[in-house]
Amino acid sequence: MKRAETLAGWGRSPVVPGCEVRSEDLPRITTGRPLTRGLGRSYGDSSLPAAGDPVVASAVLADRILSFDPVSGTLRAEAGLPLSDLYRLFLPRGWFVPVTPGTQFVTVGGMVAADVHGGNHHRDGCFGAHVTQLRMRVADGRIVDCSRIEERDLFRATVGGMGLTGHILEVTFNMARVPSPWLWGETQRVRSVGEFVDVLAQSAANWPFTKGWIDCVSRGKNVGRGFVLRARWAERSEAAAQPPKPRRGFTLPVNLPSWALNRLAARLLNEFLFRTHPTRRAGLVHPDAFFYPLDSIRHWNRAYGKMGFTQYQCVIPPESGIGALTRFMEIVTRRGGASPLCVIKDCGPEGDGLLSFPKSGTSIAIDFPVRPWTQGLIDALNDLVVGEGGRIYLAKDTFTRRDHFAKMEPRLAEWQSIRRRWDPEGRLRSAQSERLLDLGPTKGGSP
Amino acid sequence: MKIVVLGATKGMGRALARRLMERGDALFLLGRDPEDLIRSARDLEARAGRAAGSVGTAVCDLERPAGFAPALAAAEAGLGGLDVVVVTAGLFATQERLEADSELARRLLTVDFANTVVFCEEARKRLLARGGGTLCVFSSVAGERGRKPVVLYGAAKAGLSHYLEGLDHKFRAQGLRTICVKPGFVRTGMTEGLKTPPFAGEPDAVAARVVRAIDRGKPVVYAPGIWGLIMFVIRLLPRFVMRKIGF
Repeated sequence: MKRAETLAGWGRSPVVPGCEVRSEDLPRITTGRPLTRGLGRSYGDSSLPAAGDPVVASAVLADRILSFDPVSGTLRAEAGLPLSDLYRLFLPRGWFVPVTPGTQFVTVGGMVAADVHGGNHHRDGCFGAHVTQLRMRVADGRIVDCSRIEERDLFRATVGGMGLTGHILEVTFNMARVPSPWLWGETQRVRSVGEFVDVLAQSAANWPFTKGWIDCVSRGKNVGRGFVLRARWAERSEAAAQPPKPRRGFTLPVNLPSWALNRLAARLLNEFLFRTHPTRRAGLVHPDAFFYPLDSIRHWNRAYGKMGFTQYQCVIPPESGIGALTRFMEIVTRRGGASPLCVIKDCGPEGDGLLSFPKSGTSIAIDFPVRPWTQGLIDALNDLVVGEGGRIYLAKDTFTRRDHFAKMEPRLAEWQSIRRRWDPEGRLRSAQSERLLDLGPTKGGSP
Repeated sequence: MKIVVLGATKGMGRALARRLMERGDALFLLGRDPEDLIRSARDLEARAGRAAGSVGTAVCDLERPAGFAPALAAAEAGLGGLDVVVVTAGLFATQERLEADSELARRLLTVDFANTVVFCEEARKRLLARGGGTLCVFSSVAGERGRKPVVLYGAAKAGLSHYLEGLDHKFRAQGLRTICVKPGFVRTGMTEGLKTPPFAGEPDAVAARVVRAIDRGKPVVYAPGIWGLIMFVIRLLPRFVMRKIGF
């Protein structure tokens, strides 16, 4: 390291000593490195170096598309290719990624490592379900191809494996055909958690994309109100004649003060969102507005101020019913975790990625500023999630404790044994793997 | 337009080739590593939605001048003509490394000045033989003035900038438009590990400016634009000030 530098995830907490090595030649710079990082959009410490091993490889300059078959839709690319390029170049030509997360500023390598999901999870699963092959640099320095047929264990451990089984160099996956570059969407207002679950379940049968915004700040009768958004690709006859224009967003130029997104602001925002959305609305929707609403504010993470924030995302199985979701909301409001935005989504069955997050049930994603009370709140939520048989999403996590995660994740032992086989010396590491995933006795755990 | 690019596999050359391809130009790539050239060709084709094989490639190494004429001939044949020649390739090393390694210094001075000029001469002749065209070459703001951090690299780029200016004066009337691109600090693999100064640019922003300059035949283009102003001030500074500052 030439300079005293630091790295942080999208939540800007924690901030750790570290720096990136960048080159178009990803195979060269991954040699001997503990981790490869993409665009750094995971919220917590997934993309951060472990203590004492501060230099990580950056994939962002390795961004070439290596082949695209316009008949089958199979695309092979270097791991640093950003989703924003695929979106810009392929949507006008009638193709889209089979699964998109809530931001286009991620790399395809990162999409595999976190096994990202989107509004179509109930129908199409995670991104990993559409990946057919990976080329990796594994811990002993070799370059290995893996798929569901060759080196299957390595493949399953890498999809959702947070980059800890080897450096992802190239990704092959199937793009999806779309009839037009526009969406046809509906918005429906709902008044309670129970109604949410019902409307999401009903919508899932007919709509490929569904998600909901739920009010987690208001108390009393308003808790759990919000709206369900559902969409499908518009047929050519319904779509506008012009392709959707790229929307010009704005940049949040400076950190807002830490108190800016306080409870009152969050309540006002939620009230505003609820009032300004009609009871029911249908029509053409710009794909930016549906898939990437927050991408229009560059650096929106500055809204939480210098101390940063975390996102807590968990999935609660269907057996738990509405009771568990209601208790979740109660814990959040009782402890004052005023989140301006909270997203709810029903997930389909889990995929074959061994540490992949989604499984059947209801997923809730909620932002909290990093404060002295944040650890306690997340411990309380994790107690609930463990009790209900749910689990959390590693790409968002900063505060979960090792013993909580072990209880949520029955697949962890198998993942660890595969990882040990491919990396017996434990060369591949991240701040998150040290905190949550490594073998052996707890070394400190979380703060 | 029919465009040949030397150095399109990396950095600003990669970004520029993508912009030209996406707007419909025909490209031919020259570079050192044949496998890497083919990967970049496939990337450009996939981005523009064109058939595999529509972007041709040929090996051309700035350290081997004997290969310049055959490479340009292959490009001209592959494209079925030639309108623009772009050179973004070059060597870079820090002043510290160059002072410690005189062989590296000799190589860099040869590649970035003498051999680049020889390549441009070959391109000039071919373009003039076709009745004119555009020669767009990446020099650097490092060539604007003798400066402590870029004594050797800057000397090579100063020579290159001078040559390009002379070319522009002499041949513009005959239809050869010469464009000298002077990038400031741009975040690429080349500048990896260097301390990022204020006003650092991104390769794609540079590419956007260069595409505009090619279309308009603008003889000198600073990128990002703010570096034009910065270098204007630097050129005006008296020697005793330049000796004091580290810039």
